[in-house]
Amino acid sequence: MKILLVFATLVAAACSEQLFVGDQVLHIMASDEEQITLLRVLGEQAELQVDFWRHPTSPSHPADLRVPFPSLEAVKIFLESNSISYSIMIEDVQKLLDEEKKTMTKARRIERSTSTFNFASYHTLDEIYDWMDTLVDDHPSLVSKIQIGQSYENRPLYVLKFSTGGSNRSAIWLDTGIHAREWITQATGIWTANKIAKGYGQDPSITTILGSMDIFFEIITNPDGFAFTHSSNRMWRKTRSINADSHCVGVDPNRNWDAGFGGSGSSSNPCSEIYRGPYAHSESEVKAIVDFIRGHGNVKSVISIHSYSQMLLFPYGYKRAPAPDHQELNELAKKAVSNLAAVYGTKYTYGSIMDTIYMADGTTIDWAYDNGVKYSFTFELRDTGRYGFLLPSTQIIPTATETWPALLDIMVHTLEHPY
Amino acid sequence: AAMELPPSSYPASRAASLVAGYACYRRGGPGRGLALRAVRRAAIQDIDDVGHKYHLELVLEDMLDKDSTVNCTAEVLYHLGNKNIAPDVQFTIEGELKNTDEADNVFYKRIKSLEKELVAENIPDSHGNVSPEMEPIRLLAWVASGYVIWQNSTENTNFRLAQIKHVKQVKRSDEYLEFDYMILLHEMVSQEIIPWQMTVLWHPQHGVQVTQDSRQPKHASE
Repeated sequence: MKILLVFATLVAAACSEQLFVGDQVLHIMASDEEQITLLRVLGEQAELQVDFWRHPTSPSHPADLRVPFPSLEAVKIFLESNSISYSIMIEDVQKLLDEEKKTMTKARRIERSTSTFNFASYHTLDEIYDWMDTLVDDHPSLVSKIQIGQSYENRPLYVLKFSTGGSNRSAIWLDTGIHAREWITQATGIWTANKIAKGYGQDPSITTILGSMDIFFEIITNPDGFAFTHSSNRMWRKTRSINADSHCVGVDPNRNWDAGFGGSGSSSNPCSEIYRGPYAHSESEVKAIVDFIRGHGNVKSVISIHSYSQMLLFPYGYKRAPAPDHQELNELAKKAVSNLAAVYGTKYTYGSIMDTIYMADGTTIDWAYDNGVKYSFTFELRDTGRYGFLLPSTQIIPTATETWPALLDIMVHTLEHPY
Repeated sequence: AAMELPPSSYPASRAASLVAGYACYRRGGPGRGLALRAVRRAAIQDIDDVGHKYHLELVLEDMLDKDSTVNCTAEVLYHLGNKNIAPDVQFTIEGELKNTDEADNVFYKRIKSLEKELVAENIPDSHGNVSPEMEPIRLLAWVASGYVIWQNSTENTNFRLAQIKHVKQVKRSDEYLEFDYMILLHEMVSQEIIPWQMTVLWHPQHGVQVTQDSRQPKHASE
């Protein structure tokens, strides 16, 4: 007993806040009632912090005792000096817990693996960010996740990188969800990213593309806006940046680029849905992409995906003059749209932004084109107004499926026409 | 003299969309909505001191039966200057539209016999879902919005019905059904979402009527 108290005091000093590192579980076989009593007393020594997983009840029933690492020596000496037999059942409790956690996480991941993710429904920001991680886990040698910046409300801006190696290979940039309410785009983005990952090694076109090019895919280009469409206003379009001197929030990220910035194809009114912002690249969501593409230096195609209207557009939107590559871009658009229609008969119109819709300045693809990215296109996905932004989730997979060949056409053309 | 326009051009499709909405208003109901399927031909004529006249050949489709289409010829005159005059629209539909008497009567009886006034919101919902019982209510709004859109269209606007935020039936002592709608219109040039209130009357034999409508202020939370 005395020995016990001495060691108990020593141990009291070592009050580690640890988890369970080095803790052991002892399997104790008391031989008589006296030993049972001794064990109970041991359990009552608060300083030792032992806890019985199976209590000492009678000599015929073993007791299991978890002993924190600092108390191990003291307890073992106590047992030995009282001739109470024991064996070590668990050598290190923390190790066991770590294994268990790994197994549980893996199980959860398998649950949410890319093969069980529901592509036919709309998802929240968190669900999509989680899914990105599972895509990376499932294809670790092909897909990685990069953070290119932060949104106004400090959400991470993630880009999936598809690469089979090399160093600063020519690249294709894809983005979806720059306008928050265009939910079909983020949904198509997920399906498409999955298609690229699964297609490598199976689909000849994507395999050839990834053989010498990288693909960068930003699925949630406007996370603040997207979160807002879930929490407050399904029809939100812009970013969520606060505008000085106005109660109106947000800037149209597709009028904020430095290409014809400030013209009549955008608004100077913060309350407008096409508000250009106080200056070009004022939005962190836009600046992040600008910096990334400039920094990369080898991006050969930018494809920015919007909805709705069923159109495939190329520069310019900010001026009437046709782009120098108008003819080539027009031919490529024509081909892409034809292959899209071949899937389910969905009809798209195509042409330059200016010719096909109306004047729009400060757009993503005009900036990209003016900064040396020849193959710059914008898609406006389904539909033409029957459901508009509220496209039924049953149309997600058909939309993504028909858009895929059109995307491939542009990517293959980019691969086959280096510049 | 009229100048041909590419059928897929924006001005052509904008005018065509207006025609479809107007035709839908004149011929539609809870059992029939008409939507623009395609533009076959388009031409624009500049009439001095009056405005721009569009000559159109379109295909309209039945929203409840995509395989059912009709040809339509139309003229749209957008008046110069004065923004308060609705464009003049004339149209002719070739062929027969599907008879919807049975569906109309079923809907009519169903609503007339409701003990409590019908109330609903967010049609379609965020995920694009419309429950089967709400389809006629939704179609009725689509038809009625054709009127509101026609009345407020210019050559610089392109409206679509984005969503029914709220609908409430108003019980009447006469034979008409009355619904008070709060809809959201999406204006595609400015990209604005505009709340609009409209009071809609309907009767199987008398068609759809918008008796009152007013543009609403944008919600403060934006």
